[in-house]
Amino acid sequence: MAKIIEKRLLTPVTKLFRVEAPLVAAATKPGQFVIVRVREGGERIPLTIADYDPDEGTITIVVQEVGVTTRYLGALDAGDDILDLVGPLGMPLEIPVEGHIVGIGGGFGAAALLCLMRELSARGNRTTIIIGAREKGLLILTEELAEVCDNLELCTDDGSAGLKGFVTERLQQLIDGDGPGCPDSIVAIGPMPMMRAVAETTRAAAIPTLVSLDPLMIDGTGMCGGCRVTVDDEVKFACVDGPVFDAHQVDFDEAVRRNKMYVEQEQASQERTACRSPAAEST
Amino acid sequence: MPLKRADKTPMPERDAGLRAHDFIEVNEGYDFSRAAFEAERCLRCQDPVCIEGCPVTIPIPDFIHEIAAGNMPGAAKILRSANPLPAICGRVCPQETQCEQLCHLGTQFIPVAIGYLERFVADWERDQPLGSAPAQPSNADKVAIIGSGPAGLVCAGELARLGHPVTIFEALHATGGVLRYGIPEFRLPKDILDWEIGLLEHLGVEIVRNVIIGKTITLDALFDEMGYSAVFIGTGAGLPKFLGIPGENLNGVYSANEFLTRINLMHADQFPEMDTPMKIGKRVAVIGAGNTAMDTVRTALRVGAEEGIIVYRRSENEMTARVEEHHHAVDEGVEFKWLTNPIEIVGDDEGWVTGLKCMKMELGEPDESGRARPVPIDGSEFVIPVDVVVLSIGNNPNPLLVKTTAGLKTNEKGCLVVGENTAETSRQRVYAGGDAVTGAATVILAAGAGKRAAAAIHEDLSASLQSTISVGH
Repeated sequence: MAKIIEKRLLTPVTKLFRVEAPLVAAATKPGQFVIVRVREGGERIPLTIADYDPDEGTITIVVQEVGVTTRYLGALDAGDDILDLVGPLGMPLEIPVEGHIVGIGGGFGAAALLCLMRELSARGNRTTIIIGAREKGLLILTEELAEVCDNLELCTDDGSAGLKGFVTERLQQLIDGDGPGCPDSIVAIGPMPMMRAVAETTRAAAIPTLVSLDPLMIDGTGMCGGCRVTVDDEVKFACVDGPVFDAHQVDFDEAVRRNKMYVEQEQASQERTACRSPAAEST
Repeated sequence: MPLKRADKTPMPERDAGLRAHDFIEVNEGYDFSRAAFEAERCLRCQDPVCIEGCPVTIPIPDFIHEIAAGNMPGAAKILRSANPLPAICGRVCPQETQCEQLCHLGTQFIPVAIGYLERFVADWERDQPLGSAPAQPSNADKVAIIGSGPAGLVCAGELARLGHPVTIFEALHATGGVLRYGIPEFRLPKDILDWEIGLLEHLGVEIVRNVIIGKTITLDALFDEMGYSAVFIGTGAGLPKFLGIPGENLNGVYSANEFLTRINLMHADQFPEMDTPMKIGKRVAVIGAGNTAMDTVRTALRVGAEEGIIVYRRSENEMTARVEEHHHAVDEGVEFKWLTNPIEIVGDDEGWVTGLKCMKMELGEPDESGRARPVPIDGSEFVIPVDVVVLSIGNNPNPLLVKTTAGLKTNEKGCLVVGENTAETSRQRVYAGGDAVTGAATVILAAGAGKRAAAAIHEDLSASLQSTISVGH
């Protein structure tokens, strides 16, 4: 059991939880994740560790309500317990080069840049964060992210904040020498189409690019093999070999397809639970 | 000496047509009259070689004699003193290649049904009231056990009985390791597992879930920060092997670990009552012919498959499953394709499995394992139409702990190297046993290794305590 210390609504469907997990907080390095189970009979889902504080013994996770489990989690409040939480899992993220490092976050994936970019800035790199969302109100953690990098760049589809366009458009401008200039290395965390678009943007320029994959998992320790992804024509288990991989080597077609394996069941399950949502149950 | 009956007393089984659609245990167990009848078949040999076939050296004729004499408490006491998990081993041990294979009665007749009798005694014990909690640990040396599978459970139980405070660290949210996520309910009911684990907790064993040694806590921190005097590694062989054939990452392809875990641990067969989904196939091919493959294909039928097919590149004679599991699978309507080698998993435009492409094989000269080598027959390719494929071709040891711990020596297969009699790894006071050492094997071999390691740990800790005392004086 892990007690929720703080809950913040970042958008109507994106929630931040600071959770008491002293052993996990003490062991975490940027790039790692936890697996949680929210209720008896519940599934185990991986969540990236957005931030951690070994002194306070807490970790921060950010959840977007997209399915049954994330909705149950999103319905929890400060003071509630998360039934099961285990981690840190996966390998810490290793940046191959030093210099100008650009972190790109799409949607709630932006949260995962917090601890990572703070660490990279502290190591003496010049750091830029590009985050994007549909509109200004859906950009998350802008103040916190601004504190952990040298330049924070915003992009929105409707132009309500920052550049009107996708994060990849701003990235291309940087590669072309605009603003803080061409990146030496890139880390992208977010929805699969965005990570894939980043990989395509940097492939021609041969800029080292890492992505943090988010496949389906059960145990997170290599036991089930459900999270297998193909990287550089080799099968890897994202839970123990990743979750961070060379973006230019990832078979995105396969990764996207495998992530959608249970979409039909999940939709049926959501429709079924919609009429008895956790919020309705707790009242 | 009375004339011995040639046949063993039959085990009552649930009707195959009924049981193939539910998860209630297949074997119903002996009642007392059947057990006593079978116990009378034991020859009470001068040289009870059956014991040599038992990885935990149960005094087999002694407990069987107590059954024949009607002394159930006596039988239970003898059994439990040698095997901390008799209700489990009585159900899942491959007795026909262990104790029963060596039974002298077997030279002329069918051996004594030692496994069925073990189960009978353990189940009797389960119906008795639990005794009062034993005395508090008398030995100050704390021991940490990594993994709550059979090796860890037995090691923990033995050490607790020897007076050590013991903590088991389990990575999952539930205990039991492969006994929980691997072996299905119809072969090992989970209330039996819960009862055996409950007995360990009654002995004072502490179990901490959701902690991964090597990730959440390093092995070194167990000694340096948490004050454990010894560590036993029972992390099992939990890294599934794949064949490396095209199509293995198609949707609808599972490792046996994933398939069984989704059902046994996460109850995906009860989706959407339970939250974990899975693809329930109509025609399911399981590649491999070990116990896990039988568990998988029989589970597939129970969760709704119309056809369950075992695909194995060797012949029935080389199958590694227990005879009883094979026989149960046949009764339940499993189809067997022997001498059939999968070469590709084929799928549709959306990436879902539609078939398993195979080649016919014939048997050639014996290979390095001593079994006849299967040789492909040219031009024999054909496709078995299926919508789910499960690979049950074995597991490698889980490398997670070794990768994050300095100085743990492994062999070329990734198995931990331990001293033959000491169970100690290349690190002092770090011991290991079970599948993490042997590669994927049986529950009882893991239990035996856990038992021997517990004895070695106790001896080493007692010796170091002795030397501390003598230095102190």
